Amino acid sequence: MFTNIPLEYYLGLSAVLFAIGAVGVLTRRNAIVILMSIEVMLNAVNLTFISFASYFGDTVGQIFVFFVMAVAAAEAAVGLAIVLALYRNKQTVFVDEVNLLKW
Amino acid sequence: MSLTYFFFALLSILAIASAIVTISAKHPIRSAMALVFHFFMLAGLYLTLQAQFVAVMQIIVYAGAIMVLVVFVVMLLNLGDEATLANKYQVRQLAGIVLAGVFGLSLVYSMLNLRNMLNEFPTHTVEFTTVQAIGNTLYTNYFVQFEAIGILLTAAIVGAVMLAKRKIM
Repeated sequence: MFTNIPLEYYLGLSAVLFAIGAVGVLTRRNAIVILMSIEVMLNAVNLTFISFASYFGDTVGQIFVFFVMAVAAAEAAVGLAIVLALYRNKQTVFVDEVNLLKW
Repeated sequence: MSLTYFFFALLSILAIASAIVTISAKHPIRSAMALVFHFFMLAGLYLTLQAQFVAVMQIIVYAGAIMVLVVFVVMLLNLGDEATLANKYQVRQLAGIVLAGVFGLSLVYSMLNLRNMLNEFPTHTVEFTTVQAIGNTLYTNYFVQFEAIGILLTAAIVGAVMLAKRKIM
């Protein structure tokens, strides 16, 4: 039942997922898709936490994942409310069209 | 043992594929559906790491609550795809891909060479992963942080309502 998969496999997978999320944040222009890419990045970090918790035999990593999930839920709620307010005021969710503070 | 390798390979390939679909799909609702699939694959990976509680939390909180919120906003705004936008940011998009690629490669390199960087490299020793053990640690050593999370979630609810409300008072 116990896995004999090396820890590096999990860490490499989580690094790849984090990089994919970073590409999404840097290249997409839809604010909702950017928020979803941030969720991908947060989940990659969660995977690192869980694999270290499992390989060190420690519960603390799982508790940090719990905290990350709570912060991600708060971030999604506030972020989507900002997107809604943005759409109401500027009729767009594309971040390139929101340039009021650009010089 | 080969079965665990098979499941790890299957879950990780599907997780990477669904993450790529998430960031590259034209329509946001396709991204959202791919992201739900991605969360389920990650829950499966948590199960291979003997973290059952976190796997269940992943499905309830991420695939349930957060994705319902995202899909609700996508449908409320009735968005088209990005192809209709004037494509004047090609250079910046390319620069973003290159930057993230370099960053990701260095991250993968350092993660794969972790064995040389750590003094004591952990071997697989799962001990306390029951809900009881997690609750014990959470409510004794991390009680203050747990309460702070409660305050954070309350502030987030109030902030979301304030932002989304048309006219306050």
